[in-house]
Amino acid sequence: MSEFDRHPGGRPPHSHLPPDPALRVMALETLLVRKGLIDPSALDEIADHYANRVGPRNGAIVVAKSWLDPSFRESLLRDATGTVSSLGFTGRQGEHIVAVENTPDIHNIVVCTLCSCYPWTLLGLPPAWYKSDAYRSRTIREPRSVLAEFGVNLLQSQKVRVWDSTAEVRYLVVPMRPDGTEGMTEDQLAGIIARDCMIGTALPRLPEPGQ
Amino acid sequence: MTRIHDMGGRFGDGAIAGRSGGRVFEERWHARALALTLAAGALGHWNIDMSRHSRECLPPKDYQRFSYYEKWLAALADLLVRHGLVTCGELSDPERSPACPAHQKILRPAHVATVLGRGLTYTRPVSGAAKFANGAMVRTRRHTANPLVIGGHTRLPAYACGRRGRIVGCHGAQVLPDSNAHGLGEAPEWLYSVEFAAAELWGPDTENPDDTMVLDAFESYLEAV
Repeated sequence: MSEFDRHPGGRPPHSHLPPDPALRVMALETLLVRKGLIDPSALDEIADHYANRVGPRNGAIVVAKSWLDPSFRESLLRDATGTVSSLGFTGRQGEHIVAVENTPDIHNIVVCTLCSCYPWTLLGLPPAWYKSDAYRSRTIREPRSVLAEFGVNLLQSQKVRVWDSTAEVRYLVVPMRPDGTEGMTEDQLAGIIARDCMIGTALPRLPEPGQ
Repeated sequence: MTRIHDMGGRFGDGAIAGRSGGRVFEERWHARALALTLAAGALGHWNIDMSRHSRECLPPKDYQRFSYYEKWLAALADLLVRHGLVTCGELSDPERSPACPAHQKILRPAHVATVLGRGLTYTRPVSGAAKFANGAMVRTRRHTANPLVIGGHTRLPAYACGRRGRIVGCHGAQVLPDSNAHGLGEAPEWLYSVEFAAAELWGPDTENPDDTMVLDAFESYLEAV
């Protein structure tokens, strides 16, 4: 037996917490505050940071810029970490970024089979489905079946390349710019680049007429 | 041998639920669990690789029944006990724990944005050049086992063991999780993106032979072919 699987009394420490998850969090928070390990108002700040300050709008701005400015696109594909940090997008789980571009020949899709690695600085926290067993287990072996579930229709000419985030490099998919977006501003373009387009499980869509 | 988290390629999970997305935090306690984990991590008693390994070491029956943030909470409790910051008795009855003065590195709200926005870099200087050039053919090691610690952490998924692939990128030298997860030093190694043909990984289960899979692999995971 590995030393990690040996526990005093045969029970792992976490089994001493209350069974209900919400109560479990409260118990742990109470304990860590009493122990002087946590300042509860810092917890509010962290939650606010990820609920309100960091999100997929960051990634959408990066992609929109790459559609509009060939030199920005070139810089993004060559050194995404430096390029996005020049826009102020730095931080946890965005320390090493690589941008991978969809083309008529290649469709890219990102997964983390071992945990839930994801470019937080550009896309915020991952959605629940990205962290699900089904997405983690299937995407790497049957990406086309997964893409079909998401309603993504590939071009006949496109091969699929799946990126498994197994180290600290975080991948951003740069989708192809759709027809009919000529003349749109950066802001308008960012508006059609949904989070999933930058994971590879969706394609940018023009707004329906009248919207 | 591998642990429960290493699920790439397995059968049986069915359709992907909740594809339309949803809120960042579906329950209030999810936000609290994430924040507790990050705030406790900021104390500096463990690193991100130790954190991941703690989640991977959850007993399979717990890993399967816990939702995502329950895994985080359980792993956090296990780390706190492992590093001597709390006891199992205190986990069962937090109110009985005596009030303590603040830890020297306690994360204060004024520092949160800076700490989260600064991030950490995993690139390290190493002596010697990268062993593999772009385009080189390599084979991954045959076993997913951590060569330093029995049952230890590694980032080579089981589905990719003993497979031939091609180097398609190098990310510099970075901290080696297999060592760093166990307090054995950062032991930086060159990190490569390795591309595999679908059929090399999946054999008769290949969905489409034109497709490829890329993963990031440290130099010690690879040998020349």
